[in-house]
Amino acid sequence: MVSTTHFLVLGAILFTIGTVGVIIRRNVIIMFMCVELMLNAVNLTFLAFARHFNQIDAQIFVFFVMTVAAAEAAVGLALIVQLARRTNSVDIDQADTMKW
Amino acid sequence: MEELVFYLCAAVAIVAALTVIVQRSAVYSALALIACFCSVAILFFQLGAEFIAAIQVIVYAGAIMVLFLFVVMLIDPESDAFASNRLKKLTITAVPLAAILGLLLLWAVPAVGPNGSDSSHAATGGIEPLARSLFSDYLLPFEVTSILILVAVLGAMVLAKRTD
Amino acid sequence: MDINYTALLPEIILSVAGIVLMLLIPFVPKESQPKLGYVGLVGILLAFCALVLQWEGERGLAFFDMVFQDNFANFSKLLFLLSVGAITATSMHYLEQDRLLKAEYFCLLLFSTVGMCLMAASADLIMTFLGIEILSISTYVLAGYRSSEMKSTESALKYFILGAFSTAFLLYGVAFVYGATGTTKYLQISRAISDMDSYPVFLLLGVGFMIVGFGFKAAFVPFHVWTPDVYEGAPIPITAHLAVASKAAAVVAFLRILFQVVPDLSLQWQQLLWISAVLTMLIGNIAALTQSNIKRMLAYSSIAHAGYLLVGLTANSTMGAQGVLFYLMAYAFMNLGAFTVVQLVARRGEANVEIKDYAGLGFKYPLLSLALSVFIVSLAGIPLTAGFTGKLFLFSAAIQQGMYWLVVIAVVASAIGIYYYIRVLVFMYMREPEGEIESVGIPGVARIVILIMVLGTLYLGILPGSVLKMASEAVNF
Repeated sequence: MVSTTHFLVLGAILFTIGTVGVIIRRNVIIMFMCVELMLNAVNLTFLAFARHFNQIDAQIFVFFVMTVAAAEAAVGLALIVQLARRTNSVDIDQADTMKW
Repeated sequence: MEELVFYLCAAVAIVAALTVIVQRSAVYSALALIACFCSVAILFFQLGAEFIAAIQVIVYAGAIMVLFLFVVMLIDPESDAFASNRLKKLTITAVPLAAILGLLLLWAVPAVGPNGSDSSHAATGGIEPLARSLFSDYLLPFEVTSILILVAVLGAMVLAKRTD
Repeated sequence: MDINYTALLPEIILSVAGIVLMLLIPFVPKESQPKLGYVGLVGILLAFCALVLQWEGERGLAFFDMVFQDNFANFSKLLFLLSVGAITATSMHYLEQDRLLKAEYFCLLLFSTVGMCLMAASADLIMTFLGIEILSISTYVLAGYRSSEMKSTESALKYFILGAFSTAFLLYGVAFVYGATGTTKYLQISRAISDMDSYPVFLLLGVGFMIVGFGFKAAFVPFHVWTPDVYEGAPIPITAHLAVASKAAAVVAFLRILFQVVPDLSLQWQQLLWISAVLTMLIGNIAALTQSNIKRMLAYSSIAHAGYLLVGLTANSTMGAQGVLFYLMAYAFMNLGAFTVVQLVARRGEANVEIKDYAGLGFKYPLLSLALSVFIVSLAGIPLTAGFTGKLFLFSAAIQQGMYWLVVIAVVASAIGIYYYIRVLVFMYMREPEGEIESVGIPGVARIVILIMVLGTLYLGILPGSVLKMASEAVNF
C-alpha cells in the first residue's frame, strides 16, 4: 500500500515544476501546457485525499476540474492562434505593445 | 509490487514534466506532457479512481493534447527561447520563489501523516457511485458545467471568426 | 435540502436569456446585431424582477446544499445585475460605432453574470470554482473582442495565461483545505476547523493559496501585474465590467469564504491581508500618478480601490463587511459612470483615451463634463459623494478594531489619489484644446445610464441610510 504522503509529495513536485515552467518559458503554448501540468498535480492531490478519506466527493471535483480544463483549452488555444496569425510568433514578449 | 509501480510512474512523470519545461520545441514538450499524463493516469488507477484514470487518458492525454499538437502544427512556432533579457530579471527573482514554494510544499505535505480513515479498502471509483453522486448531490454543478461549456464554445467561435 | 428553483431564479432567467439571444443571432442582419443588446437588457430586467420577488422569501440552503439563499447573495446579485445592465446598455452604442457586429458579446456578458451570481451564492467550493471559471472564460473572450486590434488580443492572452495560472493555485488551495477537513462544503469546513486543536501546516498553506487565487481575480497587490495591460487593451465597456462587476464578484466570494469558511483562522489571514491592503493602496495610487492614458489610470485607480476594500476585510468585523458591500455599491455607481463618459469621449476606434484629449471638454460639453466631474470627485473621496461615505465606513470599521496604522496609511494613500483625479478636472476645465474638439455622440441610452449613475453617486453620498441598512442585513450571516 503506497501511502497518501507519497502521492502528495509527487503532486507537490509536479506542481512546482509546472509553476517554474510558467515563469521561465516565454512560449505561450508551453506556458499553457505547464498550467495543465499544475492542474494535473492538483488532481493527483485530490485523488490521494479521496482515498485517504474513502470518499467519492473529491473524484467528482476532479471530474469538474477536467471539464473546466477542456473548456479553458478551447478558448486559450483560440486566443493563441489569433496571436500567432498576427505576429507569426507565440513568444509572449512579442505581445508587448503595452509596457508591463 | 505496488511500490515498484508507484516509483516507476512517479519517475516517468517527473522526468516527463521536466522535459516539458526545458524542451525547446513545443512538439516535444507536448509529447512529454502526454507521457506525464499517462503515467499519472496509472497512479489514478492505483488510487482507486478507475473512471477518472480512463478520462485522463481519453480526454486529457487524448483529446486535449491532440488539440495542443494541432495548434503547434498549425502555427509552427519556430521562434522560441527562454526568458529574454528583459525578463531574465524576473526569472532570477522568480526561480528562488518557486524553490521556496517547492520546499514549503514538501515540508507541509508529509504533515498529513498516516492517520485519517482506514485506507485499506479504497473507495471504489467505478462509474456507478460516481454517477449516483453526480446526479444527486452534485446535480447543480453538473448543470452549471453546461453553461461553462456553452461559454467556451461561443468564445472559441467568436475568436475564430475572421474579422472583415 | 431539496431542489428549490426559486433560489436560482435570476440565474436561470439570465441563462435562458443568453441562450435565446444566441439562437436569435443567425436571424438578425449584421448591421442590427448590436440592437440584440435589448434582448439582454430584457433578460437582466426579468432577472431583477425575480430577485425582487424572492427578496423576502425563505432563507437557507438549496440544491443539495450547493447554494445559499440569503440576503448576502441577494445584495450581491442586485449589484451584479445593476452593473451588467449598465454595461449592456452602453455596449450597444460602442459595438455599433466600432463596427464590432457580433452579438455573441451580449451572450457572454449574460453568462458571465450567471457565473458571478453563483460565486456570490455558492455554499460549496466546487460551485465557487465553477462560477469563477464561467466568469473568467467569458471575460477572456470579451477582453479580446476588438480582434482587429493587437492590443486587445494581447490583453486577452495575458489575462488568460495569468488567470489560468491563478486558478491552478486556487485549486491547489482547495485541495489542501479538502485534505485537512474532508469536505468542500463551506459550513462543514468551518465546523471541522473549529473542532481542531491545532491547525496543520497544509491547511494554512491551502488557505494561503486560495487567497492568492482570489487576489489575482480581484487584483490585490502583489497579484495585480496583469491589471493595467488587460484594462488598457480590452474594449472600454469590458474594462468597466472587469473593474466593477468582475472585481465585485471576486471580493464578494472572498468575503463569504473569509467570514463563513475560515473565521477561526482570522488571526492568520488578517496579517496577510493587512500587508496586501497597504501595498495595494500605495502602489495603486502612486502608479496612477504617472499615467497619461485614462484607461490605464482608471486601472491603477481600481487597484487602489481594491486596497480600500481590503481595509474593510482586514477589519474582520460585521461593520467591516457591511462597509465592503456598501463601498462596492458606491464604487459601481461612480466607476460605471466614469467609464461610460470615457467610452463616449473615446469616440470611434477608441481614438481619444489620453488624458490630454480631455482638454477643453468642459466648455464644449458642459453636462457630460459635469457628470464626469461628479464621478471623479467621488472616486477621489470628496464629501457629499458616494466615495467619501463608503471610505468613511470602511476606515471607521478598521478604527473600531484598533488598526490605526492601517487607517493612517489609507488616508495618506487617498490623499495621493486626489492629485491624479483632480488632474483630469484640470485638463477638462483649465486647458485649451489642441485644435478643434471632435463632436461626441451621446446616444439616449447612455444619457439614461449616466443620469442613473450620477443620481446613485449623489444619493449614496448624501443619504446612505437605506443601502447601508440593506448591507447590514446582508452581512448578518
